[in-house]
Amino acid sequence: MNFFEPLQFEFMRHALLTGSVVAALCAVLSCFVVLKGWSLMGDAISHAVLPGIVLAYLAGWPLAVGAFLSGLLCSAATGYIKQNSRIKEDTVLGVVFTGLFAFGLVLHSRTESELHLDHILFGHLLGITDSVARQVYGVGTFVVGLVLVLRRDLLLVCFDPSHARVLALPVKFLTYLLLALLVLAIVVSLQAVGIILVIAMLITPGCTAYLWTDRFDQMMVISVATAVASTALGILASFHLDGDSASCIVLAQSLAFAASFLFAPKHGWLASKRRAARNSAFPSAVS
Amino acid sequence: MSDSPDPPAPLLHLEVQQVSVVYSNGHHALRDATFALSGGTICALVGVNGSGKSTLFKSIMGFLRPSAGQVRINGQPVAAALKQHLVAYVPQAEEVDWQFPVSVWDVVMMGRYGAMNFLRIPRAADKAAVEDSLRRVSMWDFRDRQIGELSGGQKKRVFLARALAQGGRIILLDEPFTGVDVKTEEAIIDLLRELRTAGCIMLVSTHNLGSVPEFCDQVVLLNRTVLASGPTADVFTEQNLTTAFGGVLRQFHFEHSTIQEHDGRTVRLLTDDERPLVFGKDGHLEYKDREGREDLVRQREEQGG
Ligand SMILES: Nc1ncnc2c1ncn2[C@@H]1O[C@H](COP(=O)(O)OP(=O)(O)O)[C@@H](O)[C@H]1O
Ligand SMILES: [Mg+2]
Repeated sequence: MNFFEPLQFEFMRHALLTGSVVAALCAVLSCFVVLKGWSLMGDAISHAVLPGIVLAYLAGWPLAVGAFLSGLLCSAATGYIKQNSRIKEDTVLGVVFTGLFAFGLVLHSRTESELHLDHILFGHLLGITDSVARQVYGVGTFVVGLVLVLRRDLLLVCFDPSHARVLALPVKFLTYLLLALLVLAIVVSLQAVGIILVIAMLITPGCTAYLWTDRFDQMMVISVATAVASTALGILASFHLDGDSASCIVLAQSLAFAASFLFAPKHGWLASKRRAARNSAFPSAVS
Repeated sequence: MSDSPDPPAPLLHLEVQQVSVVYSNGHHALRDATFALSGGTICALVGVNGSGKSTLFKSIMGFLRPSAGQVRINGQPVAAALKQHLVAYVPQAEEVDWQFPVSVWDVVMMGRYGAMNFLRIPRAADKAAVEDSLRRVSMWDFRDRQIGELSGGQKKRVFLARALAQGGRIILLDEPFTGVDVKTEEAIIDLLRELRTAGCIMLVSTHNLGSVPEFCDQVVLLNRTVLASGPTADVFTEQNLTTAFGGVLRQFHFEHSTIQEHDGRTVRLLTDDERPLVFGKDGHLEYKDREGREDLVRQREEQGG
């Protein structure tokens, strides 16, 4: 069977399109997550949405709304506890998100519902409904558009918040905006790749791109390109291997990272070894 | 936006009035700090580590709200001055992530963000300002380098160029000479002198006591409060410095000071560390370059004579 043959199926084309949009959305944000050092924050938020999803289901609200509020609650509670105690932020985050996640699990086990826990935890890309797909496209376009328009300011806030404040930029607003966009991206991506693996979509492409370039705009392009390519590869591979699609996508991204770590021309392992060897051969050329 | 094409007010005032700062962990970093500066000055901010230099900078920039007292710029609160982009900040090297994927050009362009529209698309005037600033600090040839690929002195000059591109009138420099070679130090000092002539206020925190009398006309001595402030000749005395630093300063004594007979003999002191400060026998300051200061030397001879 031809590797691309699965594309003759409607549901595969569907999954490919939705998966690519999720990948691109997460990849754009992942550049900021990596540079701001927010990977644990992303992981925390993605777990903390669980109680919100269950409560929204019970209340008859759209699940995404509950997830969004629950994710925001996680980061707000973390900020508040850090401000008012002597505990460091990453520790607080660990306590808060595991607590919320456990609460969500208990809630779910006490609820008679058609909510499939494994769909929430691991995603359900091949069975995604049209309404969820539309949600992904809408939120994806909105978030990516906003980030592209504001990317200079967001980058400055990540790079040098002091300078941003001296210029009277709304640093707090921009920081919380970035956080809210992150929560939004997690919430819509969950439905495709699940709570456990969405964080990979939000870290790995940015990391991979960071090894390839020293320019932010290029980093975004490379990040999106590797994420979308890995997604296509992962989905096709999952069909042939009869494996879980989210896991295959993340695995493909991890392989792209591993290859970049070894072979990236600028900051890859081989390149730095070669540079070190050259420099020790001509020590006087080093300054 | 409140941007107006009018030139900034010709006279510039920075007033720090009885400022106290308490950190959220209860640490009282500054108490009742008071001093004032007017346009056309380079003021050194001198004190031991932990004396509150960076804290004072952060209060002037409005990042820390004083628990008592206030900072006024041209008679207005800090927030108003920030909106006019009057204040520029050259951060300590440790505050910057040098692996960040931005080039020298990108960093200096960040100085122009205040003057751009919200899309931050540079116009010809912004590009010209960036080029001009980079040339003034002799970093134009490095414009495409990632910022981590620079020496300590070059890194400092990039952030100085950003302050120039911004057109800040009150420039705060946190330890600009730390990790910088002597050539760059002199280049930075020359640039600060030009800015002084142009009427700017520069507040420079430094451990480099030896160079303070050479380029700073005012000094603020800090140790969790302002111990003394005013013209360098009045404030930068052996006694004040001993008070400010306690026993922390290393001291050398020379029996035959040549301060009165500087034509005949010279005292030479070499260090590989920060530049030392040399006092004459009567507690007079030794200047490295006497050109342009003949009147000061003469004045001293009269006083000593
Ligand atoms: N964010 C903070 N929280 C609590 N204490 C702080 C904080 N920042 C600085 N300090 C304390 O305030 C004092 C002054 O610090 P700082 O202004 O950085 O001194 P300097 O720049 O003169 O070395 C130090 O004792 C320092 O430990
Ligand atoms: Mg400091």
